[in-house]
Amino acid sequence: MCSDPQSIEGLTWLACYLTTGKHMSMYWALGTVLLLLAVTAPSALLFGFGGATAARSRVAPLRWLGKAYISIVRGVPDIAFFLFFVIALDQAFEWLRHQIKCPDWDKEIWQGNDFLVCPQAKLPLGTSPQWIHETYGFFLAVLTFSIVFGAFAANVIFGAMRAVPAAQIETAEAYGMSHRQTFWRVLVPQMWVYALPGLSNLWMVLIKATPLLFLLGVEDIVYWARELGGTKTPQFTDYPHGDWRMWYFFALLVFYLMFTKVSEVVLSWIMTRLTRGQATMGGEAQRKAAA
Amino acid sequence: MKKLILSTALIALTSGAAFAESHGMTVRMGTEGAYPPYNFINDAGEVDGFERELGDELCARAELTCEWVTNDWDSIIPNLVSGNYDTIIAGMSITAERDEVIDFTQDYYPPTASAYVALTDGADYMGGVVSAQTATIQAAHIAESGATLLEYATPDETIAAVRNGEADAVFADYDYLAPIVEASGGELMFVGDRVPLGGGVGMGLRESDAELRDKFNAAIDSMKADGSLNALLAKWFGEGVATY
Repeated sequence: MCSDPQSIEGLTWLACYLTTGKHMSMYWALGTVLLLLAVTAPSALLFGFGGATAARSRVAPLRWLGKAYISIVRGVPDIAFFLFFVIALDQAFEWLRHQIKCPDWDKEIWQGNDFLVCPQAKLPLGTSPQWIHETYGFFLAVLTFSIVFGAFAANVIFGAMRAVPAAQIETAEAYGMSHRQTFWRVLVPQMWVYALPGLSNLWMVLIKATPLLFLLGVEDIVYWARELGGTKTPQFTDYPHGDWRMWYFFALLVFYLMFTKVSEVVLSWIMTRLTRGQATMGGEAQRKAAA
Repeated sequence: MKKLILSTALIALTSGAAFAESHGMTVRMGTEGAYPPYNFINDAGEVDGFERELGDELCARAELTCEWVTNDWDSIIPNLVSGNYDTIIAGMSITAERDEVIDFTQDYYPPTASAYVALTDGADYMGGVVSAQTATIQAAHIAESGATLLEYATPDETIAAVRNGEADAVFADYDYLAPIVEASGGELMFVGDRVPLGGGVGMGLRESDAELRDKFNAAIDSMKADGSLNALLAKWFGEGVATY
C-alpha cells in the first residue's frame, strides 16, 4: 500500500511515512539508547563503588588513585572527555595490538597528523562489516560514560559512606568484627539510603546525556529527530515535507518526560525499600507507621 | 601444553590476517548524509545521491570493496585522520587550507558556484546576517565579506534560519540550494550574483595513503574519459551543470 506515496493521504500516508526504513533506524536508535542506559548504569555504579572504596582505603597509593580519579574526571568537561579520551583510548588499544601483531613493521605509527598501525591491528579490522564498527563504538561509549559518571557516583558514594553514623561502625567493631566485615555487613548495607538521592540525580543526568553518543559515531534519537525533521524536497524523497523538527523534538520531549516519570516512580520505590529498618528519620517513620 | 596453545593462537592470528588479504581491500567511505544532491539518507535509511553512485562506480573500477559510513561534518576530518574511515566523499571542496591536513584526489565536480538565497528580493546579503554551515568555504567567504556570519552545524539548519527570519540570507553551494528553491514554490529566491569558490570537489584521503589516492585518481580519469562522469553529473544536477 506504500508503493505510491504521492497518491495516498491522511492516516495511510502517515502510517507509510512513519514506517520508512529511515524511521526504522530511529526506532532502532531508541533501542540503542535504552540499551546503553541499561548497561551503563550498573557499570558506572561499579566504577563509582570502586572509586569510593579506593578513596577511603587505608593504603595511601590506592587512596591517592581513588581521589585523583574522582577529582580529575569530575573536573574535565564531558564533551572534551568524549572527543579526546575516546580517541586516545582507541589509539591505545590499536597501538598495543600493533606491538603484538606486527613486530617487524618498519613504518612510523605517527606520520604528521595521521595515526597508522598495520591493517591487522586496526580495531575493528577495516574489513569488518559496519555492525561490528557500530558495536565497537557502542562499547567505547559505554566505557566512557561509565568512567565519567563513575567519578560522580564515586563522590556520592564516598559521601554516603561517611554519612553512616559512626556509632554503627563502633558497635560493629565492639562486637569483634574485622575491618572487612564491618565494611561489608554494616557500612555498605546502610550507606545506600544516603547515596540514593545523589545517585538518582546522576541517573537523570545520564538519561539526557545520550546525544553525546553522536560524537562517537553512534546515531542516537536526537540525531535522527534532527535528520528526519529537516525540510525534505520532493527530488530526494517520496515523502516531502517542510520543517518538522518541532514535531520530532516534541515527541522526544514527551518520551523524555515519560521516562523521567517512570524513573521517579521506580526510584521512590527503591528508596522506601532501602529505608526499611534503617536508623534514619525515614526508617523511624516507617517503623511507627507499621506499629 | 603452553606451547601448543601459543602455536594454535598464532595460527588463528595469521590465518585471520591471510583471510583479510585474500578478501581484497575494504575501503570505508565517510560522508555526511545531509547534503542533497551530493549525499543524503534516502527513505530506506541508506546513503544515496550523486556521491553514492559515483563512489560505488569508482570502487568497482578500482576493484575495491567499499563500505559507507556517515559522520558529522564538524568532525569529518579528525575522524579520517585517526583512521575511523579511509576517505571523505562529502561534497568537500579542495582548498589549500584543507590540503595542509589531508590529501585530495583530483576533482570529480568542477569548481562550484555558491549563491545567496533569501525570502525577498531586497534582502541585505552584503551587510546583513548571512547563515552558512560551519567549517565550509562558504562560511569562510562570509566571514571575509561585510556580512555578519551565522553558523550552523547542518546545511538544513542554515535554510531554516532564513525561513524563520534569524538570517537575512543563506550562502551555500548553488546545487544544494537549487532543489530547495524550486520546491519552496516562490517562498525562497536566489539573490545577487553567484560566487565561484574553491578548487572543485574531490575525495579527501589521509596524506599517508598515496597508493589509495592513485587508485581513485585513475578511476576518476577513466570515468572522465568515457563520459560516464558527465552522465552522472547531468543525472543528479540537471542538464545545465558544468561538465568535463
